[in-house]
Amino acid sequence: MTDQAKPLLVIQGLRTLFHTIDGIVNAVDGVDMEVYSGETLGLVGESGCGKSVTALSVLQLLACPPAEIQGSIQFQGVNLLDLGRDGVRKIRGNAISMIFQEPMTSLNPVLTIGEQIAEAVRLHQNLSRPEAWRWAEQMLQMVQIPSPRQRAKEYPHKLSGGMRQRAMIAMALSCNPQLLFADEPTTALDVTIQAQILNLMKRLKEEFNTSIVLITHDLGIIAEMASRVIVMYAGHIVEEAPVRDLFKDPRHPYTQGLLGSVPVIGRKAKMGRRLQEIPGIVPGPLEMPGGCRFHPRCPRVMEVCRSEEPREIRIGDHRRVRCWL
Amino acid sequence: MFHYIIKRLISTIPVLIGISLLLFFMLRMLPGDPAQVLAGQMATPEEIENIRHQLGLDRPIHVQYAVFFSRLVQFDLGRSARTQNPVTQEIWARLPNTMLLAVVAITLACLLGIPAGIVSAVRPYTWMDYLVTSAALFGISMPVFWLGLMLVVVFSILLQWLPAGGTGSWKHVVLPSVTLASFVIAFIARMTRSTMIEVLSQDYTTTARSKGLKEEVVIVKHALKNALIPIITVVGLQFGLLLGGAVLTETVFAWPGLGRLIVDSILARDYPMIQGAILVFGLLYIFVNLVVDLLYAYVDPRIRYD
Amino acid sequence: MTENPEPREYSGQFRRSWAKLKRNKAALFGGALLLVYLFTALFASVLYSRSPSAPNLIMSLEPPSQAHVLGTDELGRSILGRIIWGSRVSLLIAVGVVSVGLILGVPLGLVSGYYGGRIDFGIQRITDMMLAFPGFLLALALVAVLGVGLKNTVISIGISMIPIYIRLVRGCVLSVREQVYVEAARAVGTRDFKIILRHILPNVMVPITVQTSLGMGTAILFAAGLGFLGVGVQPPTPEWGAMLGSGRAYLFNAPHVATFPGVAIFLAVLSFNLLGDGLRDALDPRFRI
Repeated sequence: MTDQAKPLLVIQGLRTLFHTIDGIVNAVDGVDMEVYSGETLGLVGESGCGKSVTALSVLQLLACPPAEIQGSIQFQGVNLLDLGRDGVRKIRGNAISMIFQEPMTSLNPVLTIGEQIAEAVRLHQNLSRPEAWRWAEQMLQMVQIPSPRQRAKEYPHKLSGGMRQRAMIAMALSCNPQLLFADEPTTALDVTIQAQILNLMKRLKEEFNTSIVLITHDLGIIAEMASRVIVMYAGHIVEEAPVRDLFKDPRHPYTQGLLGSVPVIGRKAKMGRRLQEIPGIVPGPLEMPGGCRFHPRCPRVMEVCRSEEPREIRIGDHRRVRCWL
Repeated sequence: MFHYIIKRLISTIPVLIGISLLLFFMLRMLPGDPAQVLAGQMATPEEIENIRHQLGLDRPIHVQYAVFFSRLVQFDLGRSARTQNPVTQEIWARLPNTMLLAVVAITLACLLGIPAGIVSAVRPYTWMDYLVTSAALFGISMPVFWLGLMLVVVFSILLQWLPAGGTGSWKHVVLPSVTLASFVIAFIARMTRSTMIEVLSQDYTTTARSKGLKEEVVIVKHALKNALIPIITVVGLQFGLLLGGAVLTETVFAWPGLGRLIVDSILARDYPMIQGAILVFGLLYIFVNLVVDLLYAYVDPRIRYD
Repeated sequence: MTENPEPREYSGQFRRSWAKLKRNKAALFGGALLLVYLFTALFASVLYSRSPSAPNLIMSLEPPSQAHVLGTDELGRSILGRIIWGSRVSLLIAVGVVSVGLILGVPLGLVSGYYGGRIDFGIQRITDMMLAFPGFLLALALVAVLGVGLKNTVISIGISMIPIYIRLVRGCVLSVREQVYVEAARAVGTRDFKIILRHILPNVMVPITVQTSLGMGTAILFAAGLGFLGVGVQPPTPEWGAMLGSGRAYLFNAPHVATFPGVAIFLAVLSFNLLGDGLRDALDPRFRI
């Protein structure tokens, strides 16, 4: 479970803004969170809530003229935002890695799989070409791609979606990172392949002792993989809890709505309730409501919710909620 | 890969046949009677008939075409009405000159245009970008022959550094090839810029960066290699267009090339020559497109295994 | 292929594109330049009331002066005057050429793309053959067949533009044809003609508009090229390319004769290119920066 020792990654007051022609968009607006060594942290929310942007901000993969990152991101004692370009580069792919949602477009079509894995290894581990290539083959074997030797010489378009995602995982884990951000790793895959990939990730996490931040909108995956969960909405963290507590006793109305909207066969018989939905849609970045951001859609909205933003309340060990209730 | 080459080669054949047909009929449609033109004003009807018989114009049209085509395959394009020399000979004498200009121009264009486009794409909306895009915009808006004339005014008349026309030394090559290259450099720079911008916004570029690769590596190894695919296509296309733009440039600089030959032939109504020269141009263009397609397959692995 | 948006809501789309276009300073500059050009062409008789082609040999080859702001040519005619009247000629050619290309190219492209099969095959092979030659050469060859003069210039360049429109329209039709809403329309039983008009044509308008603007610039360049070679618009009609051609002989002693008409060509083509680029950026649904 979670390691009570010092956290691996500490994010404080993270604000990521985008300067657009129509105004400033606060994609991430004041986020504090920690990631501990050896855990799987789930980051949940609808599209547009800022979860991907948070991950991209840590690795500073956003184009910094339109984007602007404020706050502090401490990794092993160093503020990543203070590092220059070269400093960040040393961390990327090395200590912190990332895998992306669309394996089809996230792999370079004109380079072989082997080369795409080997180049990271050559760079960070200072291996020679043949050594790095052998390492790449080994990584492919570790992610259970059949005939890794041949596959390494092939191009991405020859592989199926599941295999491409495995290749991406191989690429990300090739330098034994301490932290892996997985941005919707299975969303683009078939359900059966999803299960395979998730199991693979679980196994590799044990072997490599990597912490994973699993970004997704699918609560089923969270239930399966995560030990702790953070729920985001419209750029804010609205709830954080260990996974079982979250599912058993969600405190924030948004979390309750999310859990209620998961279709369960026999629900009506069991719980006497129909499929819930959260009315309305996520507000656009330029039309944020005043007060609590969720209040227009909240079934238990009160007067204070409309005017003031709720502060975070700590409810217990690694539990907090941002709500007036 | 081999399959692909064969397929491409085969598909050019109908186009070649089509072009020969097109030319054949186009020239038959010309106003005026070639027999009469050849015979002259004072000829008697018998003399005209004679010439017509000599030229084979009294035979049915498909026979004429068969004769035309069979001669074509033997590289016999007839004789120039102007100089009475075989068409193939005249063309062969001029072709290397035009090729020289075209090759120099394309090389300049790639050496200058592609890097300019890359710089522009990597640092968009900076002064470098504005400089490149403005220069490129000017380059494609300028009439090539006007640029040539202006260059002559500056470099030949005012500064007297370079000759104004003709051939001879490397100095004679400079102005014509720079003039010819101007449009192409501009076009390629623009093309490179837009392609690179698109490639740099692709997911795999973000992935490459997330591995901690140096930005130069990301640009050259990851982005450029992808961008080259459409760029090569464009370069090939431009090479073909250069063969056409050569017409104007060669006229300005009195360069003894294929382009000028075509113009002079058109003005003199030298039909066999026009026919032959245009045919050769068409062949060259098709050949260049073929080479481009092959290069394309080499750079883009997705095509190779089709 | 990226997903195409639903059949567009016209008013919202237009307003957004217009706003985008207005923000693009280069395009605005091009637009302004274009307006100057149009104004000059339309009001040539007001701007320069004398005859631009009447020779005045006493004043032959005068450099720019107070009397003649841009100097005179070899026949003593005011270069400024000829440029002003020449704008009318080039505009005529540009509009004519693009019209030929549109009127013949667009329907052929629509039919070719929509119906496919043998019609498509036939049209595509003909297009291939036409595109086997660089555009200018094709126009030149057509001029050889048809003869010189303004009308033939327009026809020749226009014909050389047709395959470009065919390809452009066909490509667009092919991608739109596969969209779900077209399938839906067909499933409901809409007649082909209506489908083409209602669903396909609006999506094709964008690339056509961009190509038309750029095409007008190309037409002017081609016409000037033909004029320069002496096989385009014939004297005494003032055509910028022809002016350059005849001015070439006097390059050593009177370079202004060849310089100024070229500047005029450059500015006219530049305006079309700036506008075309701006339109492309403003109307392209994917472009968001």
